[in-house]
Amino acid sequence: MVREERREVRLEVEIEKKLTDFDLDIAFRVGEKPLSVLGASGAGKTMLLRCVAGIENPDRGRIVLNDRVLFDSKKKIALPARERRVGMLFQNYALFPHRTVSENLCFGIEGEDRASRDAKVTSLTSRMHLGGLETRFPRELSGGEQQRVALARALAIEPEALLLDEPLAALDTHLRSQVETHLQNTFGAYKRPTLLVTHNIEEAYRLGEELLVLARGKVAARGPKEEIFRRPPSVEVARLTGCKNISRAQANSDGSVEALDWGCQLQVANAPAKTPKYVGIRAHHIDFAETSEAKMQSENVFPCRLSQSSETPFRITLFLTLDSRRDISNQDFLQAEIFKEKWQRLRDKPFPWHVRLAPESLFLMAE
Amino acid sequence: MDWSPLWISLATSVTATVLTFVIGLAAAAWRQRRSGISAALVDGIFILPLILPPTVVGFFLLLLFGRNGPLGKFFLTFGATVVFSWPATVIAATVVAFPLMYLTARAALEQVDPHLLQAARTLGASEWRVFREIALPLAWPGMLAGIILSFARALGEFGATLMLAGNIPGKTETIPIAIYFAVEADEIHRALAWCGVDVGISLVLLAALYLWTRQRGPLRAGWGHR
Repeated sequence: MVREERREVRLEVEIEKKLTDFDLDIAFRVGEKPLSVLGASGAGKTMLLRCVAGIENPDRGRIVLNDRVLFDSKKKIALPARERRVGMLFQNYALFPHRTVSENLCFGIEGEDRASRDAKVTSLTSRMHLGGLETRFPRELSGGEQQRVALARALAIEPEALLLDEPLAALDTHLRSQVETHLQNTFGAYKRPTLLVTHNIEEAYRLGEELLVLARGKVAARGPKEEIFRRPPSVEVARLTGCKNISRAQANSDGSVEALDWGCQLQVANAPAKTPKYVGIRAHHIDFAETSEAKMQSENVFPCRLSQSSETPFRITLFLTLDSRRDISNQDFLQAEIFKEKWQRLRDKPFPWHVRLAPESLFLMAE
Repeated sequence: MDWSPLWISLATSVTATVLTFVIGLAAAAWRQRRSGISAALVDGIFILPLILPPTVVGFFLLLLFGRNGPLGKFFLTFGATVVFSWPATVIAATVVAFPLMYLTARAALEQVDPHLLQAARTLGASEWRVFREIALPLAWPGMLAGIILSFARALGEFGATLMLAGNIPGKTETIPIAIYFAVEADEIHRALAWCGVDVGISLVLLAALYLWTRQRGPLRAGWGHR
C-alpha cells in the first residue's frame, strides 16, 4: 500500500500597505480549511487578494506559500504574478472574450503537450459541469457557467492556493445556492489554502470554515465562524456580522448587566471576562413570551410595544420599544426577526407584548 | 501617361503604415506602463507632428536629415543621402502619420479591461504573451482604425514630403505632389486624373477592409461590437 504523504499546506500573510483612506495591516495564516474574509466595501479585501496574487505589492511584509517565499520586503523578494502559482477568481470572472471556453481553460497550460492539455480540459469540463460548452465564447454563457469556466481556468494550472473575490456577487439570487454548493464541493476536493473575500455575511459563513473580519484594513476578528458569530469580540465585529441590537452596558455587582440604551437589567449566561461596555443580541434570537406562565418564570422578560415592522418574503422584522423606555429615540429600537407563522399568532395580541432576551443569546463586548 | 506617382504613392504609404504601426504600437505599449512628467513630455513630442503644419515638420526633418544634420551625417557615414530620395518620402509620411497611430493604439490598449491582463499573469503568462495574446487581439478593432487613419494620412501627405523629398518625377513624386504640379502647369486633365486615382484607392481600401473584417467572422473580429 502506498503511504499517503501528508505535507502541511499553508499560506502565511503578513502585510502592510498604505491605501488612500487607511492602511492595510494584516497578518494571518490559512491552512486546508477555506478562510472567508468578511468586510464592508472598501475595507481592503480586494487589495489583500491582489497582494497575495502578485498583482500589487505591499509596502512591507511577507507572504509565504508552503515553502515558497512569494514576497518579502526585507529580502527584496517579490515574485511576479506569473511565478506564484496562485489561482485567482476575479469578481467579474475576467474570461478572455475572444477565446472559447476550452481556449480559456488552456491558457495557463499552453506550455504542456497536447495530450496532457486535452486530458486536463476533459477532466475539468466534466468536474465543473461544462460539457458541451467547449466551443462557446464567454458571452454565450450564463453567469453561473462563466463562473465555473473562470474557476476551472484557475484550477487548470494546479495552483498551490486559490483566491476568490466576491465569488457570488455577480450572480442572480436563484443561481447562488447552486453555485455555492458547487464551490463547497470544489473546496472540499481541493484541500489547499483557499481565501475568499466578500461583504456578504451569508456568503462568508457558508463558504468559509474559518472567518476573518476585516475593518478598515485591520483584522478585527479571526477564528472558527460559529464562535465569531456567537460571541463577537467587539461592536465593530458584531455589526459586520449582522448584529442589529447593541446597547451600551454597565456591569452590576450581582453579575447582571444594565443595558443603558434599552433601559433594562439583564441576566447573562456567561460571566464577562473583562468589564463589559456593550451588550448585544441578534435579531433572530429575540423571543416572545406568549403565555402568562412564561412571562412570570423566565428571566429577561420585558413588556414592550411594536413601533414599526418591515417584511421580507419569509420573515418579518419588528422594531420594538420597551415600556420602560417609551421616550427613546428611533435608533434605540430592539429589532426582532421572526418567521411569518409566528407573526400570524402574535399580530393580534394586545399590547404590551413580552419580549424575551434569553441569557444564553446575549453577548457582552469590551469594546 | 506616366503612372510612376501611383506606384511611388502606394509603396510610400504602405511602407509608412507598416512602420507607424510597429513604432506606434511599441510606443503606446511603452507609454501604458509609464506615468508622470516624463511620460507627459514624451506624449507632447509624439503628438507634435499632428499639430504642427506639415511644412514645419518637413523643415525640421530637413534640418535633421540634411547634410549637416545629425542624422544626415550619420547616414552619410554609410554613403547614403536621405534628402531628395525615395526613403525621404517614407520618413516624411511616417512622421506625419505616427501621432494618429500612436493615439489610437493607446486608446485601444487602454480600453482593454486590466483584469484580463492580470488574470493572464496569474495564469503564468509572460508579459510578451499577455500583450500578444490578450491585449493586442482585444485592442484590434481600435488598432484597425489607427491603421486606416495612418494609411490615409500617409497617402495624402504633401507638405513635409515636398520639403524633405522634393519633386523628382519617377523617384519622389507622389500623387498629391503630381496633382499640385499638374495644376501649377495648367494641366487640369492630368490633375483630375490623379484625383480620380486617389478616390479609387480610397474606395478599394475601404472595400477590402470591409470584406476582410467580414471574412474573419463576427465572433473574433467583431466580438466587441455586439
